[in-house]
Amino acid sequence: MNAKILFVLLGLLPNITIAQGFAGLGTEVSGFAVPERGTQLDFPTDHAAHPEYRIEWWYLTGNLTDSEGADYGVQWTLFRSASQPTGQPEDQLWMGHAAVTTEDGHYHAERLGRGATGQAGITHPLTAFIDDWSLQTMAPADADSLSEIALNARGSNFAYDLTMRADGPLVLHGDRGYSVKSASGQASYYYSQPFYSVSGTLRLPDGDVDVTGSAWLDREWSSQPLAADQSGWDWFSLHLDSGDKMMAFRLRSTTEQDYTSGTWITADGTTSAIENGALQISPLAQTQTHGREVPTRWSIAYPDRQLEVTVDAIQPDAWMDTLFPYWEGPVRITGTHAGRGYLEMTGYK
Amino acid sequence: MNRVIFTALLSHWLRHKIQFVTLFAGLALATALWSGVQSINSQARASYQEAAGNIGQRGHDRLVAPQGVTMGDFVSLRRKGYLVSPEIEGPLTIGSERVQLTGFDPLTSPPRQGMASLDEQGLLSFLSAPGLVLASPETAGTLSARWGEDGPRIQVSAEVPIGQALTDVVTAQTLLNVQHITSLVVHPDQPFGLQPIERIEGYAVVPAQSTGDLAQLTDSFHLNLTAVGLLSFAVGLFIVQSAIGLAFEQRRSTFRTLRAMGIGLKRLVTLLAIELGLIALLAGIVGIILGYGIAAALLPGVAGTLRGLYGAAVSGDLVFDPVWAVSGLAMTLAGAAVAGAQALWRVVRMPILAPALPRAWAMSSARTLRFQSVMGICLVLVSGALAAWGTGLIAGFACLASLLIGAAILLPPVTNAFLSAIGTLPRSAMGQWMVADTRQQVPALSLALMALLLALSANVGVATMVGSFRSTFVGWLDQRLAAEIYVTARTPQEADDIRRFATPRTDAALPIWSVETTVLEQIVDVYGIIDHPTYRDNWPLLNAAPDVWDQISMAQGVLANEQFARRNDVVIGDKLEIAPDWALPVVGIYSDYGNPHGQLITALAPLEERFPNRPKLRFAYRIDPDQAGDLARDIRQQFDLPASAVVNQSDVKQMSLRVFDQTFLVTGALNVLTLGVASFALLTSLLTLSTMRLPQLAPVWSLGITTKVLSKIEFWRSLALALFTWVLSIPVGLALAWVLLSIVNVEAFGWKLPMYLFPADWLRLGVLALLAAAVACFWPIYRLRRLPSAQLLRVFSNER
Repeated sequence: MNAKILFVLLGLLPNITIAQGFAGLGTEVSGFAVPERGTQLDFPTDHAAHPEYRIEWWYLTGNLTDSEGADYGVQWTLFRSASQPTGQPEDQLWMGHAAVTTEDGHYHAERLGRGATGQAGITHPLTAFIDDWSLQTMAPADADSLSEIALNARGSNFAYDLTMRADGPLVLHGDRGYSVKSASGQASYYYSQPFYSVSGTLRLPDGDVDVTGSAWLDREWSSQPLAADQSGWDWFSLHLDSGDKMMAFRLRSTTEQDYTSGTWITADGTTSAIENGALQISPLAQTQTHGREVPTRWSIAYPDRQLEVTVDAIQPDAWMDTLFPYWEGPVRITGTHAGRGYLEMTGYK
Repeated sequence: MNRVIFTALLSHWLRHKIQFVTLFAGLALATALWSGVQSINSQARASYQEAAGNIGQRGHDRLVAPQGVTMGDFVSLRRKGYLVSPEIEGPLTIGSERVQLTGFDPLTSPPRQGMASLDEQGLLSFLSAPGLVLASPETAGTLSARWGEDGPRIQVSAEVPIGQALTDVVTAQTLLNVQHITSLVVHPDQPFGLQPIERIEGYAVVPAQSTGDLAQLTDSFHLNLTAVGLLSFAVGLFIVQSAIGLAFEQRRSTFRTLRAMGIGLKRLVTLLAIELGLIALLAGIVGIILGYGIAAALLPGVAGTLRGLYGAAVSGDLVFDPVWAVSGLAMTLAGAAVAGAQALWRVVRMPILAPALPRAWAMSSARTLRFQSVMGICLVLVSGALAAWGTGLIAGFACLASLLIGAAILLPPVTNAFLSAIGTLPRSAMGQWMVADTRQQVPALSLALMALLLALSANVGVATMVGSFRSTFVGWLDQRLAAEIYVTARTPQEADDIRRFATPRTDAALPIWSVETTVLEQIVDVYGIIDHPTYRDNWPLLNAAPDVWDQISMAQGVLANEQFARRNDVVIGDKLEIAPDWALPVVGIYSDYGNPHGQLITALAPLEERFPNRPKLRFAYRIDPDQAGDLARDIRQQFDLPASAVVNQSDVKQMSLRVFDQTFLVTGALNVLTLGVASFALLTSLLTLSTMRLPQLAPVWSLGITTKVLSKIEFWRSLALALFTWVLSIPVGLALAWVLLSIVNVEAFGWKLPMYLFPADWLRLGVLALLAAAVACFWPIYRLRRLPSAQLLRVFSNER
């Protein structure tokens, strides 16, 4: 296996002249649909795949604790990438990432598959799968299919089986789900289900661990979410002890000011978009991992909500050593607000 | 100042051009032979490394099903969590040519060869219709001629062997027009918490075949080449030593003059060392170029041998590798240093006002001969001691080296003794003078004769070893390949179908079935056999209990191959635990040449019980040899099997013979080159002598013996010396062969080969040695014949 596959997965086509940004995401491709402001998202249809768009993901992160209070993080991701804008299954490539992070370690796995064989895909009633990994609806027919889900994955040294029930509504980011990603207007469709309560079992080399906690599902699709000069992102999903939630991200630019954005979500699910520049996100401490320097302690300030917190990685070495490597792991929040959350960082060299 | 001295030193070579050529050519030839052999070896090794992760991906277990597997099986196993990857193999027939097409899934395949040839765009084409096919330049030509514009894109890749092509599994299904796939490659690292893949109902695991050990298998071959290369180098160095020694002797007067003029000893020695270093460097570069030429000429033959013998694909095109060039140069410089050290040492010890008389080629000192005798005998004794008590490969090589050097050093005293013994035999004065004169020449010729002895012994030794290997191997193939046809099916169902198809026409179908297990902490293959006369009558047993086959058939014993037995000091009667609670005594030991692994054989049924669910894909069929060819062809056609899956015993034997003849070609060519170098050494020595022997010849000439008669005497003497050396070389060569066969082989590969003698080869070699001597003395004799009388007369007026 070979890193070139990822470029294909992420649809790096021959006519591209500039290949910049993380995993070729900052590149222009013609023929694919482009997100438009004002489009009304439609559920459950939009829970399924959008093959007319180039890339898409089902991205779940969970903060879990065992009976003794030890922290765990769990990740489950399915990426879809279209090599051509035909919408046909044979032009879809799928990539799955799964991980369990503990206070002492980080276990992860990766799967790849093509669309036409039935090895990976999205089926109705909602099941997102690759190999034996799946995110599957357990919701009654009259409820939103994401309101109750079962999640499982398995790697060479870990596995998990979790069930999740949503205690709140779906949340649309940006302008009713139209999320702008750069000052020049690149955007994606983006919504989340941040209100999951989780229970289940982690299977680790030292034995099974029963866990409970909270989880956050992100759904995002686009054909060009990054500007050509954006080299990577730092993305936070924070569950605050007050019951409020915050999604915040910083897209790092090689030429201009970093682009920051986010969503403030109250405990009842009311959202308010955080405009570019309203957040201060800055790294405080770095960790050397896999030959790279990655910030694992952050300061985040959102003056509008009197929030000033420090975010610390529970396991600074939560490196996803996959085809296209990145950092993804659970975090602890201290400061004006306390809580747990998840951090993802890409594009660090 | 240095420049002036250096010019003075170099002026010697201007006056002695032939001597310079000798020195230069000696160094260049030694380097050429050594670096040529090294480059062949390194090229072959590089090819093995490439082949290790080869196309067929034999390095992984495979899952097969009785009815064959489908993409549906692939998906259903993946959905259960097993990491398997589809692979399809099949022949594409294009006119009279067959291309073996392999299709795989780059998204799920374990790491494999071939992918590196693809850029991003290539990979995208690989995965999408109409697909992309990777092939070697030759095969790409065949394919594009067949498909033209309509077919998949063809990309040339050096990673894909000739005659094979690599593509995506879906593209391969379309091209081969099949629905099924050949097998599912099992990823070595399966996920957590699944039941073992061997236990899935409806499938069977075919264990990985070990082909990653090509290097080990072919080591024997390369060892031969290296040994021959090293011997050639040593022979070359003899020339260098003699040329340097002569040059230093002749320049004594120059050295004396220079020293008398006040030039320090240190400076003189340094300049001489620089001079020698420069010559060695230049000659080394020339030698490397020559070596490249030799390697390029020999490589196609070597590649053919390796391909035929071991299935190792080695490119016939030589790639220049700076590593062997640099190592070749280093060898030359080191060799020149060794050869020149003695001469430099003599300069250091030379009294400043020593008489500037050339004395080197003069009288043989009795002391030197005594010293040589003692040294030689000591070395031969050391060699014998190493043979008797030494262990390890290093001891084997040390034994080899001391034997050869000892024999070479013993040559002058033995020749001298022989000549003094026969000195009184001739009645005539002329005859007595001849013997005495020859004796007088021996010290001068000794280096050249030693070189000749080494070359001849190496010839006898290596030819005996290769010939013995050939005879043994062919005889062993006869025993081991007793069945007429060997068929490997792709699925258990196909194996059954083939058996049903073949049974009416054959006498017996013998399964060839093995499991891999750990015995005495080593991974071994255990073969299960059924009771059949094929084994009883033919199996090459080296050592066995009296009722060996009865015990095997009743599963009361196990056979072990020689390598395993030697490695673990296993003897008849020792018990081996093959599976938990299943230990069997060893009842026989058999020879198993070319196999680096341990191997055991016992009865099929109980083995199958303990290792269930492994498919039987290979069968050996007994049939009337006359009908074997037809049946093989019919099976191939009926089941569309690749040629390699149906092996006809007579083809294998024919191929083996061809392979061995090719091996002979290569070692033979190197041997001839070595002999050439040795005769060159003889030529230079004779030439040198001819210019210095006037004081000995002039008195004889003045007594009325014409230069014509003297030339004849010179001619016969050269031949006689060559003949004598040849006679001595036979026992030395046989001893060398014995060391190679019984010590080096056993230490290196774990098997001992019986030694066979090939007297016809010796005779041929004797003729060659005489020929070499005749050629070598031709020019000196020609010069003697044309020697003006004035020059002979001057000896008397110039009497020193």
